[in-house]
Parts: sequence; structure tokens; C-alpha cells
Amino acid sequence: MSKLLILAEHANGKLNPATAKCVSCAVKIGGDVHIAVFSDSGQAVAEQAARLAGVSKVLNIEHADFTDPLAAMIAPELAALASGYSHLLAPSSMYGKDVLPRAAALLGVNQVSDIMSVNDARSFTRPVYAGNAIIEVSVPEDMLVAATVRTASWAAAEEGNSAEIEQLAAQSERPSHTRFVELQSEGGDGPDLQTASVVVSGGRALGSAENFELIYQLAKKLKAGVGASRAAVDAGYVPNDMQVGQTGKIISPELYFAFGISGAIQHITGIKDAGTIVAVNKDADAPIFELADIGLVGDLFQIIPELEQALD
Amino acid sequence: MKVLVFIKRVVDYNVRVKVRPDGSGVDTDGVKMSINPFDEIALEEALRMREAGQADEVIVVSAGTSDCQQQLRTGLAMGADRAIQIDTDKPLQPLTAARAFQALVEQQQPGVVLLGKQAIDDDNNQTGQMLAALWGRPQATNAAKIELSGDTARVTREVDAGLEVLDIDLPAVITTDLRLNTPRFVKLPDIMKAKKKPLDVVALDGLVSDAGNDLKIGNWSPPPQRGKGIMVDDVAGLVTELKSRGLL
Amino acid sequence: MSEREVMEYDVTIVGAGPAGLSCALRLKQLNSELNVCVIEKAAEVGAHILSGAVIETGPLDDLLPDWRDNPPPICVAAQRDEFLLLSKTGARRLPTPPQQNNHGNVIVSLGALCGWLAPQAESLGVDIFPGYAASAIAWKQDGSVSGVVIGDMGVDKSGQPKDTYVEGIEIHAPVTVLAEGCRGHLSKQLIKHFSLDKDCDPQTYGIGMKELWRLPEGRVQPGLIQHTIGWPLDPRTYGGSFVYHLDDNRLALGFVVALDYADPAFSPFEALQQFKHHPRMRALLEGGEIISSGARALVEGGYQSLPNTQMPGALLIGDAAGLLNVPKIKGTHQAMRSGMLAAEHLHQQHQSDGLRSDGFDQALRGSAIVSELKRVRNIRPGFHKGLWFGLANAVWETATAGFSPWTMRQHADHTALQQNLSVQRDWVERELPPKDRLASVYFAATEHDEDQPVHLQILEPDVCLTRCAEEYDHPCTRFCPASVYEMVEDEQGKRLQINAANCVHCKTCDIKDPYQIINWVTPEGGAGPNYQNL
Ligand SMILES: Cc1cc2nc3c(=O)[nH]c(=O)nc-3n(C[C@H](O)[C@H](O)[C@H](O)COP(=O)(O)OP(=O)(O)OC[C@H]3O[C@@H](n4cnc5c(N)ncnc54)[C@H](O)[C@@H]3O)c2cc1C
Ligand SMILES: Cc1cc2nc3c(=O)[nH]c(=O)nc-3n(C[C@H](O)[C@H](O)[C@H](O)COP(=O)(O)OP(=O)(O)OC[C@H]3O[C@@H](n4cnc5c(N)ncnc54)[C@H](O)[C@@H]3O)c2cc1C
Ligand code: SF4
Repeated sequence: MSKLLILAEHANGKLNPATAKCVSCAVKIGGDVHIAVFSDSGQAVAEQAARLAGVSKVLNIEHADFTDPLAAMIAPELAALASGYSHLLAPSSMYGKDVLPRAAALLGVNQVSDIMSVNDARSFTRPVYAGNAIIEVSVPEDMLVAATVRTASWAAAEEGNSAEIEQLAAQSERPSHTRFVELQSEGGDGPDLQTASVVVSGGRALGSAENFELIYQLAKKLKAGVGASRAAVDAGYVPNDMQVGQTGKIISPELYFAFGISGAIQHITGIKDAGTIVAVNKDADAPIFELADIGLVGDLFQIIPELEQALD
Repeated sequence: MKVLVFIKRVVDYNVRVKVRPDGSGVDTDGVKMSINPFDEIALEEALRMREAGQADEVIVVSAGTSDCQQQLRTGLAMGADRAIQIDTDKPLQPLTAARAFQALVEQQQPGVVLLGKQAIDDDNNQTGQMLAALWGRPQATNAAKIELSGDTARVTREVDAGLEVLDIDLPAVITTDLRLNTPRFVKLPDIMKAKKKPLDVVALDGLVSDAGNDLKIGNWSPPPQRGKGIMVDDVAGLVTELKSRGLL
Repeated sequence: MSEREVMEYDVTIVGAGPAGLSCALRLKQLNSELNVCVIEKAAEVGAHILSGAVIETGPLDDLLPDWRDNPPPICVAAQRDEFLLLSKTGARRLPTPPQQNNHGNVIVSLGALCGWLAPQAESLGVDIFPGYAASAIAWKQDGSVSGVVIGDMGVDKSGQPKDTYVEGIEIHAPVTVLAEGCRGHLSKQLIKHFSLDKDCDPQTYGIGMKELWRLPEGRVQPGLIQHTIGWPLDPRTYGGSFVYHLDDNRLALGFVVALDYADPAFSPFEALQQFKHHPRMRALLEGGEIISSGARALVEGGYQSLPNTQMPGALLIGDAAGLLNVPKIKGTHQAMRSGMLAAEHLHQQHQSDGLRSDGFDQALRGSAIVSELKRVRNIRPGFHKGLWFGLANAVWETATAGFSPWTMRQHADHTALQQNLSVQRDWVERELPPKDRLASVYFAATEHDEDQPVHLQILEPDVCLTRCAEEYDHPCTRFCPASVYEMVEDEQGKRLQINAANCVHCKTCDIKDPYQIINWVTPEGGAGPNYQNL
């Protein structure tokens, strides 16, 4: 039977939801699912991990060197833990992508990146060519499966479990060649368009820079990033770094609102990996409705204020 | 100090990639091939290091058939001093590539190794990290800013929570992200000069046995189409729908 | 202005199409010592080339006798010709006009063919520079052409240098060969500057649009060549379709419309899409997918419109000179032959009194290239009087092999639009992709850095909102196949929005704009469509 070890991602005493999504993938693969938490004081995180349904054990490995999540520190540790496991998983977040390949190389195996779905314990599908093709990848029998999990493809595992928590000591050598200096979280007004989990975009229908305030206000309420179509950028309503699409930013928020955007393919190219697309357009035949998950036909100048009210 | 830059020949990012109807891969006949854009950024950064007097030689390396000499020549025209082709007719999986690169790194002894954070064909995002692991040296992935001082580098990295700053000892492996720089245009006369710069070919087997290419790639398929969703009648309907999906 | 860096060559060729590449190859075959370069604005050779293309193989046999051992990537022998007159739902077989008998010809992708020729030229020592646009002429003191100026790169929207700025260089040569294809941007300037067209009729043009499809197994009949006339065009508009069956379930289809159409409301793009919905085509296409698409103007003026092709320091060859044979709808063999002829002429000159352009025009007019044009000179103009007269006239001209004592005249296309014309069109509801022009350009994979000067210059912007609004209601918003021109109205009022980044470099606007106030100039090198096997 498979035995799977998941690398937990966490910050400030909180388990990142990406870990729970990884658990869903592990459960789909099937087997005994363990989570490894590396930190300077990880009990709180370990307890959160232990609540995830499908997890049978949490390994809590504490060491002062694990205060900051450095691949050079964690990867050897993870590699040392891997013996006895058939699968080593991490979310395909920036963190997982940093650590896991380093551990895989130490273990002498290739990694499967961005698992979208599971065919069987050793065979998976994953996107290549920026999602324009999907391939099947399988790992030979008798070889450790090291893989990152594409979080957007998996729902978070439910809570309500209480798995055993085992305390372990750090066991491998920790290099001094890599030193954490600081984390700069990006300030400014609202989240960054590139990484925001909610994005509100406006198109040419806004008609002026002043009217675009409507979009900013709604975004503020939703703690969302703000985007725009090329037509809105070209008309001078917003600066060009807000352009979403083929020649602008390619984004994949969990929730995307398109107000007064017709849905030209060049715009769609920028959002095709978004979780849920909501479109508001006064033209019921606008192409955006062909792929919006939720569509609403109407005048944005009425709908946005109404929506704001409904959110209060 | 030498800087080694690994560049991969990939289908140009402008090409509308299509899966072949028989599921055996994507259509590549007649499509434009280019330097992987992240690798091009890596090369630009290396050239800037040399221009700032922090490096004295920039070497571009690519693994592939003789076709990748085209990308190496472009790298030379951008300003690299010399090029090395690792000759192989098989596409390399990241671990194999990392092993070959490690062998080359040990021969060449660079102070900095630069490469893109990922190749835009297989989107693996592994090779730099694997190379750093095998070489036993620091890694700084997704670099948005690199400052060299003596034997160390301060690298600002793109992470999910913002920007992370690391100090690393050299030699080290740094992988590059989009915001690091904008690569230069090649000047015409430099294309002519590039024809005269050295380009060495080494066989892959001369560097590693090709063990490590062990993942099996099966069927290729086009991505699932986004289907038509539902229509709601009013704002109340929209809010209800969003709430029921756990999005509000 | 600072002094630009200069590179020197013996012969500089602008444009890596069949004309330019044949010229370069032949020059090096004749004299490997000559330094020859080819400048190409596309990021890769062939990426801006769009053609049918059924080609005559004679020139290839001459240029590369062993070419059949290593044929171009797409090369399907012509099997059967069909010529059809369409009504909205029906189709009538017509006898295939002799000019369109393709026995012995091959169907190729001209873009792929150029991509295949280029490395062969390079192996002979030709320097080919894709990704660089020849943006201006470099002049000598004595008023002759000294070469070309390569466009600057890294200039922002307002004309200011960005931090990637690179000043373009000049390339000088005793002779510069313009092989820019139809409506070349430098060729146009030179024709005007040297009044090369003072003794000929105005050049006339068509717009050709093409799509490459992959169809479900079993529908494609490799080698089948179909042409249609009639629906969806009205009888006063000259044009028709081509459908070429390739291998590997691929089908090339396209539509050509003469740019002397009169109806300002007409949209050539829509005509192509309508044609695809003829019952015969629809049955063929349904369930297939588009791989690549694009548009390109072609020259139609022929013999009457042939300008003087030489000037001090420079030559015109191929479609830049206007050598396409319209009744055959073939220009590739003419382009290649003229390239080779130019090479042979220059080689002779080089051996006698040095590289000079003199004497080329005479050599060209004395060659089979021009006599081929002369023979068919009255066929295309016959269609000025409508489809039926045109067809009857074509039969006459063909039977008499062009020995009619008369020569019909050509008129400039931009003068052809008529005000207040209302043409009824029995067009149908469309379902096949692409839905609209934006969806179509997506398959042209066109790409321009949006932060660069707009490369479609409007010389008198006032005309758009005044005269044009009244007289023709902005035909640019319809004739451009890439939706570059849009009239938008918002709080700032009504204005012309130019989406320059959409442009596929077809040159239709430069030709058809009724006031001749649109000037197409080269954008940053490497920008433009990225055609795949068109
Ligand atoms: C090479 C290339 C690259 C491109 N890159 C990009 C890119 O990166 N990003 C991008 O966005 N586009 C890009 N485009 C342009 C794209 O094709 C479209 O032109 C553009 O996205 C249209 O923007 P829009 O939807 O805001 O404007 P329009 O197409 O004008 O649509 C406006 C929409 O608003 C609706 N509307 C009007 N009034 C109201 C109202 N009061 N309430 C509700 N709805 C209303 C209308 O029904 C219409 O659907 C590119 C095009 C090309 C060819
Ligand atoms: C729809 C259509 C169908 C056709 N069908 C057929 C057919 O079936 N058979 C046939 O024989 N012919 C056909 N033709 C005609 C044929 O394509 C042309 O006659 C032929 O391409 C002309 O070759 P050329 O080398 O003169 O120009 P082109 O093929 O147009 O090549 C010109 C090259 O120069 C480059 N260039 C232009 N200006 C510059 C500049 N300033 N700087 C740098 N580079 C520049 C262009 O990017 C291009 O690559 C067709 C044409 C069209 C449009
Ligand atoms: S702008 Fe002019 S050249 Fe460009 S695609 Fe439109 S008509 Fe053709």
C-alpha cells in the first residue's frame, strides 16, 4: 500500500490552505497519509494539520534553523524522512516548487510537477505549454513518487479529524550558505493583480477614468486586485500595467469579475485558468457569456452599486 | 568570475500550441523556436554582471540536437563570450539535465549559474533546484533582483506572500523570473560577430550516463474547454450563487 | 541625429520571400565571393508570407535541380482541378480555364517553402537577418540609393527611447534589391520618388485571406484544387475562392477580392466567412479546427501597371515590381524568375563594369516573365464590366493568346468606392469559427509590443471625422481584416482608435483608403504575424 508524506506550508502559525488541497490529492492516490511540519515551534500548525480528514499522522520537526522556510535547510531533511514512503508531495506553490525538486534530486528521482488528476497511484495528468496541453505521466514501480500538486485542481480536504502528532528531531546537516534576510509583503492599495485571489476587471464600457472608480470601490470591498481590458487601457481609463490578457497579465484568481468586457479571445487568454468567472454585460450575446461560470445581463452602472449594497 | 547560463530551445511563446490529433505530442512542424524567455532574462542578467565588471566571462550552454546551436548563436549575438552545446537527440528530463549541467559546472567552475525558473514547454520548474542540490550549493529561485558583492549575492525572490530576500554564498544557482529585467535587442553587426565566437560541442554521454530520464510520458490531450455556465437574473441571484460556491 | 553604424555589402536584398531568396541564392551560385544579405521584418523567415499556394516548379528546377530529393515541408502534387460557379446554395461546374490547369504543379505552403530556402541560401554564405525591418532608404549625395536604414528598436509610444533602445544601423551596397512583395513600404516611396510609374497605369490590388484547417479523417483529397467564382460576391466585384487539399488532413482555403470594389459597406473578411457557409464548404469544414489564418494583399495590375523596375542604386523584383499573373493567380514563379534574372544581370554587370542597376528593366521586359504578363493583360480588366463580360472576354483573350490589338486600362483602387451605394447581399447566419475578426487574428498569432509608435500613420486625421464620416462612413473599419480601425465614442467624444498591435501587415488600408491618408510603415523588427504554414 502507498505511504504518502506531504510537506506542509505555513506562515505565522497558520497552515496554508494549499496543504489541505494537497491532502485531497493524496487521499485520491490512496494510502497512509502523513504531513511533515518544519518550523521553529510548530505545535499549533501540526494541530491544524491533524484535523484534516484523511491524515493519519503529523510529523512535527522543530529546529531554530527552520524559522524561515529555506529550501537548502528543508530539502535535506525531507529527503532524510522520505525512506519508508512511496510518495512525497508538496503543493505547487512558490514554496513547494522551491523545496521539492531539491529534495527529489537528493533522492535521485525526477519530480512530477503540478498534478491535476490521478489515474492511479503512479500515473497522473499535468498541464504543459502553459495549460495548452495535458499529458499523462507515470512513475516506474519501485521508484519514489515526488510530486507537486496543482492546487487549483483540488478542493481542500475537510476538517474534523484528529490524527496522531509525532515529535521528531532534525537529523540532517544544515548548511550555512543560505541566509534569510527578510520578507517584504507587497503594500500599496489592495492586493497585487498577479497574485490576488479575487480580481475585478472593467472594460471599455466604463467610459471614463472617473467611472472606473466604481471598479476600484467594489474591488476594495472584495479585497480584490483590479484589472482591465486593452480597450480600457487604450482609452486611457487606467494605466497599462492593469491590462489582463494576451499582451497583458496572465492571471488565475479563484474569482474573476468582468464588467463591461466583451470577452475577445485575447482577453480570455489571460483568465482561462481562473477558478470562477463572473461576467456582467448588457449584451446577452457577448462572447464572454460562452465561458463565464456565472453570467448576468444588465447595465453595470446599476449592477455594481447594487452589488456593493448586497455585500454590506 | 565566470557566469554559466543554461538556455533551452523551446517553441516560441507566440505560437498557438496544438495537440496532434493522435495524442502523440504537439504540432511542432514549421513552428518558430526561440530561447526560453526566462533563460533569455537569465542571459541578460549575466551580461549586465559582466558589463558592471562583476563577471569576466559569460558562457551559454544548451542541451539538444544541433538545432539548438541557433539559440546559442543568438545568445552569442546578445553578448555571451562563448557557447557549449551538450549534444543529445533525446529531450532531457530535469534530473538528467541537472546531472549533465552539474558535470559541466564542475569542469567550468563558474561563480554564478543562471537559468530560467522554468521552461515554457514542459513547465517543470525543477532544473535549477536539482542542479543546486546535486552541486551542494545554494539556490535562489524566482529572482526579481540580484545584487552581487564579493563572495555573496543578495537575491530578492518572488514568493506567494510578496518578496523574500536571501543572502547566498557563491558559487550558487539563481533562477530568474519575469520582473528581473527586459532582455536587450540584438544589434545586427553583433550577429556577424557571433558567427566567429567559439561554440564547443560535448556529447551528453561524455558528461553523464543518461540514467534519470525515467518518467514515462503517455497520451497528450487538449485542455478541457471551459463550458458555458449559468445565467442569473439579478444581483440577488448572483450573490446567492457566489455564496453557495463558498466564494463570498 | 547621430551617425548610424554602417554595414557594407555588395548586394542588399529587402525581403526574404521567394523573390529575395531566389535572387540571393542565384547570386552566390554565380559568384561565391559576393557579399549578399537579406533583411526580413518577420521574426522568422516565412512568418509574414501568406499565399495559396499552387506553384509552378520550373524556377525551382532551375535554381535547385535536386530539390525533389529534399522537398519543402509541405509539397503535394496537384491532382485534379475543379472550377465552380456558386449560387447561394448551388454550384455549377465550369470548364477549367487553361491558365488554371495545374497539371505538373505542386501545392505548398509558401511560408514553409521560404523557411526551407533560407538555410540553403545561408549554407552558400548569404547573411539572412530575420527580425529586422528596413524602415527607410539611405541616400547618396548624388541622389541615388545607397542602401537601407534598419528601424530603431526599443522606442516607446511617444517616440522616446526606452531602456532597451538600440539605434538601427544602415546597410550600404552598390545595389539594393527591393523584394518586399506587394505594396512594399520602401518600394512605394521609391516608385513615387523616381516617378517609376509615370509611363504605366496605376497598380491595382486584391486582398487575399487564408485559413489553414485540420479536418476530421477522410475528408481531404490530397492534391485536389478547387476554385470558385460567384456567390457570395455580387457580379460587379471581382474575386473568388481557392480550396487546396493538402496532406495530413490539412486543407488550405482562402478568398481573394479585388480592391476596386465599389461598396463602402463591403467587408472582405465577411465574404470569406460567408463563402465557408456555402453548403458544399460547410459540410467539408464542420468538425474541423483552424490552425492558422491571415491576410495579405496581392498585385493584380499586370502588364499595364508594370513600373520601371530600375533606379539609380536599386531594383524592384517579384510582387514589389508587380509581376503576379492574375488569371493564373500565381506570382511565385514570376517572383523567383525575376529574382534569378536580377542575380544574373548583376553578376554580368559585376564582371564587366561593376555592380549597377542599369539595364535591368530592359532585361526584364525582354524576358519570358513579362511576355507571360503581356499575353494575359486584358483578362483581368475585362471584369471591370462585370462577371459575365469578364468571363466571355477571358475566353476570347485566351483563344487569341492575347493578340488583341487593344489593351484595357487599369484604375487606382482607392478611387473605386462609390457614395450612397446600396448593395443587397443574400448572406447567411454564420456558425463556423472564427466568430469575428479578433478571433481570426488570434490564429495569425500577431504580436507587436504595444509600447511603440503606431505604425499606421494617419496623415490628415481631420478627414476621418468629417469627410469620410459623411461620404463613406469609415470603410477602414470594414476593409481591415484585423479590426485595427475602430470608431469609438465615449465621454471624450468620437474618435478613431487604431489597434496597431492587431495588424497582420496585409497593406490593404494603405491601398484602399479612399483619401490615401493611411501610411503603413514598418513597426519594430520582428513584430507582426507569426504565420504557421500559410
Ligand atoms: C494581438 C492582440 C493582443 C491583444 N491583447 C489584449 C489583451 O492583452 N487584453 C485585452 O483585454 N485585449 C487584448 N486585445 C484586444 C481584444 O481583442 C479586444 O479588443 C478587447 O479585449 C476589447 O475590450 P473590451 O471588452 O473592454 O471592449 P469592447 O469589445 O468594446 O466591449 C465592451 C463591452 O461592454 C458592454 N457594455 C457596454 N456598455 C455596458 C454597460 N453599461 N453595462 C454592461 N456592459 C456594457 C458591451 O456590450 C461590450 O460587450 C488584443 C488584441 C490583439 C489582436
Ligand atoms: C491569398 C493569396 C494566394 C496566392 N496564391 C498563389 C498561388 O497559388 N500560387 C502562386 O504562385 N502565387 C500565389 N500568390 C502570389 C504569391 O504569394 C506572390 O506572388 C509571392 O509571394 C511574391 O513573392 P515576393 O517574394 O515578391 O513577395 P512576398 O512573398 O510578399 O515576400 C516579401 C517578404 O519581404 C518582407 N518585407 C517586406 N517589406 C520589408 C521591409 N521593409 N523590411 C524587411 N522585410 C520586408 C516580407 O515580410 C516578406 O517576407 C498568392 C497570393 C496571395 C495573397
Ligand atoms: S491595419 Fe492595414 S495592413 Fe494592418 S491588417 Fe489592417 S488593413 Fe492590413
